[in-house]
Amino acid sequence: MTMSEPQAAQEAAKARGAIWRRAFSYILPFIVVAGLWQIASRFFPPYLFPSLVDVFKRVFEILVTWDQLSDVLATIGRILAGLAGAFFIGAALAVVMARSQSANRFLSPILTLFQGIPALSWVVFAIIWFHGVEPRIFFIMVMTTLPSFTFQVLGALQGMSRDLTEMVMSFRPTRAKLFRVMIIPAILPDIMTAWKVNLGNASRVVVVAELVGATGGVGYELLQQQQVFDMAGALAWTLQLVFFVLIAQAVLTFIENIVFRYRAVSERTL
Amino acid sequence: MTAAQPIIRLDQVTKAFGVGRSFTAVDRLDLDVGTGQMLALLGKTGCGKSTIFNMIAGLTEPTSGIVTVDGRNPFRDFDAFRGKIAIVFQNDRLLPWRTAVQNVGLGLEMLDIPPKLRNETAMHWLGKLGLLGHENDYPHALSGGMRQRVSIARAFATDANILLCDEPFSALDEMTGRTLRAEFLKLVKENGKTAVFITHSINEALEIGDRLVVLKRPATIALDVSLQRNCTIENKEAIRGRIQDVLAS
Repeated sequence: MTMSEPQAAQEAAKARGAIWRRAFSYILPFIVVAGLWQIASRFFPPYLFPSLVDVFKRVFEILVTWDQLSDVLATIGRILAGLAGAFFIGAALAVVMARSQSANRFLSPILTLFQGIPALSWVVFAIIWFHGVEPRIFFIMVMTTLPSFTFQVLGALQGMSRDLTEMVMSFRPTRAKLFRVMIIPAILPDIMTAWKVNLGNASRVVVVAELVGATGGVGYELLQQQQVFDMAGALAWTLQLVFFVLIAQAVLTFIENIVFRYRAVSERTL
Repeated sequence: MTAAQPIIRLDQVTKAFGVGRSFTAVDRLDLDVGTGQMLALLGKTGCGKSTIFNMIAGLTEPTSGIVTVDGRNPFRDFDAFRGKIAIVFQNDRLLPWRTAVQNVGLGLEMLDIPPKLRNETAMHWLGKLGLLGHENDYPHALSGGMRQRVSIARAFATDANILLCDEPFSALDEMTGRTLRAEFLKLVKENGKTAVFITHSINEALEIGDRLVVLKRPATIALDVSLQRNCTIENKEAIRGRIQDVLAS
């Protein structure tokens, strides 16, 4: 049975209403926090609670001033380079660990040990071991995100369906084809999750690394703002990273929606 | 019983599992399957049917004895059997990230068949199994029967000489199972395949096989009978009785 035109228009209006309600429910918490902050700015000095207008002026200034924007881009570059490095090393280690029990037994405790070392300790080690800023930060980023990438990819490899693997193996694929048709699609959802989780971690770690061991980047700029008690500047620089993480997460979600369109969608949510 | 021109041969094959190989699944089994034969392998659950199946498929190696398919070891000469053995599993085992046509084309992809020809072949087999119009559906959008049809199409698409079937219709309802079984049997005969069909259903074995092998636990041959094409209902009933006696013992 097909819907009549008024019914269809009613359904479309309902769908639009649902989208607006959902969008509003996402935005509402931010509006509340911003409102409370703005009220506080009327009662406290600017070095404690600066007006949001001042903060967003600084945000805009950073975005349109190349000297400052280049610091943001440097930090983003460091995050992405560190994550990419950790992902490729971690994925390679995970494949080795999945294939060999003895490699797994040998590497697991080492990675667990790494996980227990605080990010700040890696910063100190990096400053002692490396001379250049970039090698230092790359090292810190890799060391702090490597264990989680490795364990997440390893978990994905170990959790692959034995039935499906056996089925694909029955067609006797080459190793490259096995990776392409079976392993990569099977572990991709976990890889995407790993990237989402590590993106947040990396953006926190990179600030610590730049704060102590760099002469540029968002972390370094935050240190400058702290030294002059410029809260508006500190917030503006922090927001640059927050925006980056939000945009990156949105890009990952967009990719997920395309790549995982094969998944069944249940009308009843968890 | 030895078939003429055996294409599959198991010679004193034993497969044991567990610590110290304490559990024997297959015990010194001798079995030949002739070219073009439709062998129904029957036995109780856990009698080692699937282990035999995996050894013929080259997915596992015997603990002792020799398995040869077309004169070669299917486990060690793994790559040599690419496109020569196809399997229909108990459950459909479709890759959820591939559409029906992409699932059917999987084996052809392994054979480096160009995408256009791969697609045409996959569509041909989907058509034969009544799935035209569903080629771009993902597995989650298909019913159990349709999914199993896709998996049968996938097995036939590579034009492998040997078909191994591990209780492919046992998870389906009776009507769907019966229809698919008839279609499957027709396709096997039309295409002159050698097939090993594992089942625990006496009715299915009698319907499908032109030779029936009943296994006891651990897998050794308890009964081996050929079914003539013109086998009468009385003969089939007599065979059914013998199978029931063997399974009951």
